[in-house]
Order: sequence, then structure tokens, then C-alpha cells
Amino acid sequence: MSAPAAVRAPRPAPHTGRPAPRRPGRGARAWATRAPLLPALVFLIAVTQLPFAATLVISLFDWNSLRPDDRSFTGLDNYGEVASDASLRESVVTTAVLTAAVVLVSVVLGLLIALLLDRSFPGRGVVRTLLIAPFLLVPVAAALLWKHALYNPEYGLFNGALTWVAELFGDDTPPQPDWVSDMPLIAVEAALIWQWTPFMMLILLAGLQSRPTELVEAARLDGASGFQIFRYLTLPHLRRYLELGVLLGSVYIVQNFDAVFTITSGGLGTANLPYSIYQTFYQAHEYGLASAAGVLVVIGSIVIAIFALRVVSSLFREEVSRA
Amino acid sequence: MTTTAPAAPPRPARAARAALPPALRRARRRSAGLGLLAWLVGIVFFLPVAWMVLTSLHAETDAAANPPAVAASLTLDGYRTFFGSDGGPSPWPALLNSLMASLFSTLLVLALALPAAYALSIRRVKRWTDVLFFFLSTKMLPVVAGLLPVYLFARNTGLLDNIWLLVLLYTSMNLPIAVWMLQSFLADIPVSIVEAAQIDGARLTTVLARVIAPIAGPGIAATSLICFIFSWNEMLFARVLTGVTAETAPVFLTRFITSQGLFLAQVCAASVVISLPVLAAGFAAQDKLVQGLSLGAVK
Repeated sequence: MSAPAAVRAPRPAPHTGRPAPRRPGRGARAWATRAPLLPALVFLIAVTQLPFAATLVISLFDWNSLRPDDRSFTGLDNYGEVASDASLRESVVTTAVLTAAVVLVSVVLGLLIALLLDRSFPGRGVVRTLLIAPFLLVPVAAALLWKHALYNPEYGLFNGALTWVAELFGDDTPPQPDWVSDMPLIAVEAALIWQWTPFMMLILLAGLQSRPTELVEAARLDGASGFQIFRYLTLPHLRRYLELGVLLGSVYIVQNFDAVFTITSGGLGTANLPYSIYQTFYQAHEYGLASAAGVLVVIGSIVIAIFALRVVSSLFREEVSRA
Repeated sequence: MTTTAPAAPPRPARAARAALPPALRRARRRSAGLGLLAWLVGIVFFLPVAWMVLTSLHAETDAAANPPAVAASLTLDGYRTFFGSDGGPSPWPALLNSLMASLFSTLLVLALALPAAYALSIRRVKRWTDVLFFFLSTKMLPVVAGLLPVYLFARNTGLLDNIWLLVLLYTSMNLPIAVWMLQSFLADIPVSIVEAAQIDGARLTTVLARVIAPIAGPGIAATSLICFIFSWNEMLFARVLTGVTAETAPVFLTRFITSQGLFLAQVCAASVVISLPVLAAGFAAQDKLVQGLSLGAVK
């Protein structure tokens, strides 16, 4: 009853045999139990929560580090400026489009690939390993690979392949698009989708493999078609894994900085909020304004996070009750 | 089944056997087709990685060829240039900085997360699930929103361009993941073993080191590898908070963002070298990777 409604965590299951806190009146005993927890808790609060509090305070000041003597309290003016600043408003839209496109496409692709990998075939382990590789590149390295080795209009693999195919058909003037300039946001999205599809695939494959097999067998014996089994058994079972993939993907991709910074340097309308905030404070030295934008990102993230925590909590409750 | 039945197989089975082959053949063909499709998808996804490795082994002129010179002769020149053979900056300090930041933050994470996970799984505090979810919620807040105060703090205390500041930040970044993962591994340990050790008078540190660590070893190893990967990959903090002496490997890579003439083989060599530790750690932790990435929600 005392837990916040949004993330009602499960109660400890009594039958797991864990010692419940004995004699609740004895303070010393309770502190001895709590002691191992404290260093981690104190450290985390100090390093992650204090900066956010400071951001909140700085957001109420007019503060540009190039004019250090001008610092003054301005209340909510910075928020008004963020709302009226066209480029910051645009970066809110960019963030939403980028996140939605990357998450949705990689979830759908990840689901299809997970379904392919859920069946046994020769070399399944090898294919799984090949598929994980993109996710295991350093993000900056992956972005550089796409920017220079694939997208480059003169020597990138994409245009190279176009030349090669055109030569096969005897065409000397193959199309050689400048991928990043022609479709900057799609270029960033494609590189991110390539990296995040394996992540979705791994989560959904774990979901598929936790599916109760007896149920599927029974349905098959009763004459259910493959599509019916997928629609009425697999998909409902996968629902929470899909939600988890979507929400965790959103949490990570809303924060994406590396791909935008590397592939387009925020140009051509690809600057998302993290990039804009970085630029506002690191290059324009507008500390107050950057902090106000930061607070807005936090509020947006909290909305996603509440849903994400709910899903994690329901999966977790299942694990605990199964134990 | 029908072939092993010795005498007079029942009629329905015989009828089924007669009916099966075309359907079975169709199913087999479909199955083989889907297996082939899976291979194709795997190869398409791996292709850019393979291309990166191949290009890193080509001479710069071959790397810049259009159409691509797939069969060009191989050379290690790209790697030599990357390691500074023609007077460029050496990547070794950056690689060592990354190694230090990742290694020490992982050790610090374990030192903080193991006792915490113990108090959340074996000898549980009251309302332990609320505590677990508090840890998780800190992971959901965007890093960029806390960046400016951290920068100002570092500037005022002289910690800018200091690798130990990154160690602390990476520890806080990975601590929630580690607590969640370790909690789920430790919860699998039978309480009776721990209690027996405690009755024999073992202290918490002894119990952790002698009883729990050996049983939960594989889980602890996977947790460490995942923390290592996240620290090694991090770029935003490193970019803002380091400069010359504490520069990490991903920050070193950012000097390749603007094109500089014939440099593709060198870029690919750099990307391969800097991704290698992550690829190795990732494949080693493959089985537990999902659990770490989903913050322990999926086993």
C-alpha cells in the first residue's frame, strides 16, 4: 500500500525459504542486514541524483559561461526560450522520429529473424553469432564504418556495388547518390537499425524459447495451422517481450549521441536532443538553456521509464513466483 | 515408428504412411528453404563487418576503388598507419586509458554490487523489490541531462581530463545493471549453504568470497564482461570530460569523422582494433548477454 502505484513491485514470496527479517523491533539487526546495501546506494545517489538536482537549479538561471558576471535568476524563462527556439523544437521532433523509426523497424526485423532462428537448422549457432556481431561493434566504430566504408559517394560499398551491377548490364553511368546528403536522417536510422536489430532479436528469441512447448504441441495435434499458432499462442506470449524490447530500445535510442555525432555531426536536420544539448552547453556555452532542455528530456524519459518499469516488474513477478 | 513395429501394423498407421511422403517432402523442402533464408539474413547482417575487416587489410588505393576491389592483395599497412608508423598520433595511450577506465570501473562495480546483491537476494532487506526498482530507475534517466553539473564539478575540482573521474562515472552507469544481474544469479543459491557457513562463524566477506563467488562464478563473470563492454563503448562523457591525457579509445576514433584523403583502410583498421575487445567479451558472454541487456528481466 505504501509503494507508489506506478511501479508496484511484487511482495517477497513467502515460500522461497528466504529468512524474513526476524525480530523487527531490533534496530541493530536490521542495520546489519542493510549495511551491505548502503555503499552502492549512497554511491549511486551521489553520482546520479545530485547532478540532476543541480541541472534543475541551473535551469532557473540565465547563465552563459562566456559572460560569467551576468549570472542571474530568471525563473522559468529558459523553458520559455526552449519552447520558442526553432532549432530546439525541431530537435524534439527529430528525436521522436529517429527513436520511433529505429525501434519499430528493428523490432519487426528482430521478430522475423527470431522466428527464423527459433527452428533448428544446420549451423544455427553460427548464424546467431553472425547476427550478434553488429551489436558488438563499438558504436563510434560502427557509425564510422557506415559513414566512410558504406555511404561515401566515391568509394563507399553501396555506390561501389551500384557501379559493379551497372557494369554487368553494360551501363557506364551508374547512379552514384550521395547517401548522407540526400537522406541524412534515413542514413543515421539505417546504421542504428543495423546495430539494434540483433538486440531485439536476442530478447524476442529468449521469449520464443520460454514458450510452453506442450501448448503448441497440443494446438498442432488439434489441427491448428502455423499462422493460427503464431497469432493465438506465440504472439500473446511474446507481448511482454515485445513491450520490453520497444521500451528498452526507446530508453537507449532517445539518448543516442554517437551515431548522430559521427555520421552527420548534427547537420542536415539530424540533430536530436542529446546532440542539441551537448552543443548548447559545449559550444554555445548557454548553461541555463542547456539545463532547461535537459530537464525536458528527463521528463520525457520518465514517461517512457514508467511504462518500462511496469513491464520489467510484471516479468520479474512471474520469475519470483516461479522460483 | 511403424518400421520397428514387428508384426501386422495397424491399418490407420499404414494409411498414414501412404499419405505422408508428399506432405513430409513439402515440409522438409520448406524447412530447408527457411534454414537457407536464415543463413542469408545472417550473412547480410554480417556483411558490413566482413567488409570492414577486408578493407582494413587492403592498401589505401585498393580500399578507395570503385567498383570495389574485393580480390586485391592483402597488407597490414592500414594497421601500421593506425599505430602511427607515418608520424600520426599513437593510439596506445587512448587504448590504455580505455582499458584502465573499463577495468577499474568494473572492479569497483563488483565491489559495490556484490554486497548489495547479497542484501537483495540471500539475506534480504525489507522492501527489497522497491530498492531493486530504485536501482533500475536511475538507469532510465538520460546521461546528457546530468552532464553539465558533472563538467562544472570536474572543472572546479581539477578533475577534468582525469581518468579516475571516468572510472567513477562508468561505475555509476553500470552499477544498476550489475545489481540486477547479480541479484538474479545469487537468488539461485540455496540459502542452507550460506546459513551453514554463517553458523560455522564465517563473516560476510568470507561467505561472499568462499561460498557465493564459486557458485555464482559464471554469472559474476558475465556481469563483469557486460560492464566492461558498456564502459569501453562510452563516448559522450569521455568526449566532454577528457582532453589530451585521459582521452579514451572511442574519443580517439572521433578524429576519423572528417574525411582525410585516402584513409579508408586506416579507418577500418582503427575500428577493428578498437572493437576487438568488445567483440571478444561479447562472444564470451553470449549466453548471458540478453539477461544483461534487458537489465535482468529476461533469463
